[in-house]
Amino acid sequence: MADTASLEAAASRSPLVSRQLAGPRGPKPRRVVSRRNILLYGTLIFLALYYLLPLYVMVVTSLKGMPEIRLGNVFSPPVDITFEPWVKAWSSACTGLNCDGLSRGFWNSVRITVPSVVLSIAIASVNGYALANWRFKGANIFFTILIVGSFIPYQVMIYPIVIILRDIGLYGSLYGLVIVHSIFGMPILTLLFRNYFTSIPEELFRAARVDGAGFWGIYFKIMMPMSLPIFVVAVIIQITGIWNDFLFGVIYTKPDSYPMTVQLNNIVNSTQGVKEYNVNMAATILTGLVPLIVYFASGKLFVRGIAAGAVKG
Amino acid sequence: MATSILGKLFSRTTHAERTTRRATERAEIRQAAGSAGIPSVSVRDLSLRFGNVTVLEHLDLDIMDGEFLVLLGPSGCGKSTLLNCIAGLIDVGEGQIFIKGWNVTWEEPKDRNIGMVFQSYALYPQMSVRRNLSFGLTSAGVPRDEIDKRIARTAELLQIQALLDRKPSQLSGGQRQRVAIRRALVRDADVFLFDEPLSNLDAKLRSELRVEIKRLHQTLANTMVYVTHDQIEAMTLADRIAVMKDGKIQQLGAPHEIYDRPVNRFVAGFLGSPQMNFLSGRLESGPSPAFHAGDVSVPLDRYAFDKPGAAGGPCELGIRPESVAIGAEASARPFSREIEVEIVEPMGANTLVWTKLAGTNFAFLIDSQSRLKVGERVTIGFDPARVSLFDEATGVRL
Repeated sequence: MADTASLEAAASRSPLVSRQLAGPRGPKPRRVVSRRNILLYGTLIFLALYYLLPLYVMVVTSLKGMPEIRLGNVFSPPVDITFEPWVKAWSSACTGLNCDGLSRGFWNSVRITVPSVVLSIAIASVNGYALANWRFKGANIFFTILIVGSFIPYQVMIYPIVIILRDIGLYGSLYGLVIVHSIFGMPILTLLFRNYFTSIPEELFRAARVDGAGFWGIYFKIMMPMSLPIFVVAVIIQITGIWNDFLFGVIYTKPDSYPMTVQLNNIVNSTQGVKEYNVNMAATILTGLVPLIVYFASGKLFVRGIAAGAVKG
Repeated sequence: MATSILGKLFSRTTHAERTTRRATERAEIRQAAGSAGIPSVSVRDLSLRFGNVTVLEHLDLDIMDGEFLVLLGPSGCGKSTLLNCIAGLIDVGEGQIFIKGWNVTWEEPKDRNIGMVFQSYALYPQMSVRRNLSFGLTSAGVPRDEIDKRIARTAELLQIQALLDRKPSQLSGGQRQRVAIRRALVRDADVFLFDEPLSNLDAKLRSELRVEIKRLHQTLANTMVYVTHDQIEAMTLADRIAVMKDGKIQQLGAPHEIYDRPVNRFVAGFLGSPQMNFLSGRLESGPSPAFHAGDVSVPLDRYAFDKPGAAGGPCELGIRPESVAIGAEASARPFSREIEVEIVEPMGANTLVWTKLAGTNFAFLIDSQSRLKVGERVTIGFDPARVSLFDEATGVRL
């Protein structure tokens, strides 16, 4: 208080001091339109448009009739909107031998994705938990082998897996493909879970051991309820990865049980008749819809899970 | 071949039978141990190595029934490791551990009948306080109504009834640690282990909870083992303190014993705040032994030697700041000297004054009422009966 008073007394004598006293006070004002903001938002908007443009073309084309497409105005919005191509893509487009559209492939994909996701996450989370908390003998060697496995290109393993599946009688069935997907998801998922469980304070694990919980007790009652974000991340990684897979789907299944991606390829690349661009676009959007919905539905949890490993607490 | 294996399998007792047999055997041993005065916890010749690093070395320790033992030492001395070994959370390298006469060296933590409190509280974040408290009991298969009864009783002991249905994240640090202590106590264990339970709390809460723990020990009279690096906690709580360094127990004894007669230079320097003063010099042995350092010479006739007839040689003299007197009182002491005040540090209850004695920095405590000024000359003195003398090479008390 005394300081302000003496400062005011000084102000009455010197104009420079009084100018300082009358000067800025309170929060610093922020300008909305500044060079920095224009550059920042300009770049962001440009990049967003750049990435959204193909999607726009796809949606617009899928809503046009073939005569309108032949006019060649790729970017123009549809004059008269038709959902015919979507219906056709779903239920009556021809894929090689049969003409029941993508619906068959959709259900095949569901039958492949759901068990693969559940199985791989169930096994990988227990793996990660055991590696992080129960440092058993040889844990490091086991982990190294698992990680090295993820560096071997898939293509090298295709033929050996064909032979193995044939010998155990699962070649061409959905079960075979489920097993293949589960195994190939193992390295990355185990790494993901191991790192997450390592970030959980070890004293919690110790307290649970003193409290009498065993291997499974600690996993189900302590670790799993704390790990929702990382489970969501794993589910997203697995759903998108397995849903979008083409290579394994086309190799390890028969035409009857082809997943959606393979069906899509067969529709788009069919050589007979006219190219129906609108049907192709609709079919492609339909196929990509599942991973998109998963992303939008769980976006917040996904970001939380990705960040969980990096930030403590 | 196959039949013999099957036969072996079926001839063995079932799991349930083994469990009951163990329980009865254990109860028997516990009773025998209780009447025979066998220690509550016994550590026998315990060693532990991680690669080339020796964490614990041939360690022996007996903790009596109902005793409050504090493991005290600087970080990295192996005190927490020892506690974790007793808890069964770290596998021992060599040696044995007994709890109430029962050999638990290879037992799982849950089979040792212990309760444990951790530095970071380690409350299960997704469970309510009530579930946190009951988790251990449910795992042990205690019946529902018995659990409710025990929780009600324990909650009452420390006024946490109002918090029972909250999640740990809705509690303050002090409340969390209170709940964590409850969680250990609710198990009615043989031994309670505390791993630096107050280190994460601020100074005020720390002293509050320190008193609470002491009160709990006085009412429950359970065996407690408490790890800390805080000497105040150690001095205030312990029945006995084990001062550790480099995986070895340096000294084991009652707090005043360790404070007044430290067995070596390390223990002397570790305990006490402000620290003990050390003067390097020579011991002159003979009929009237004395300590010489520069122009200072202290007669040691009244000093109780640990090893009578110690040979002369280089040694260190340790004087606690609070055993130094000033003024007229000082002149009456066997050793006194006039010095010049260099720095004055008021600490509230008393004031720490720095000066030079025999060329080294020397601090002493005075009453905060007696104001000394920098540059003032004053007479200080101390009684050689209350100093400590250490061999300079080995650090052992002479």
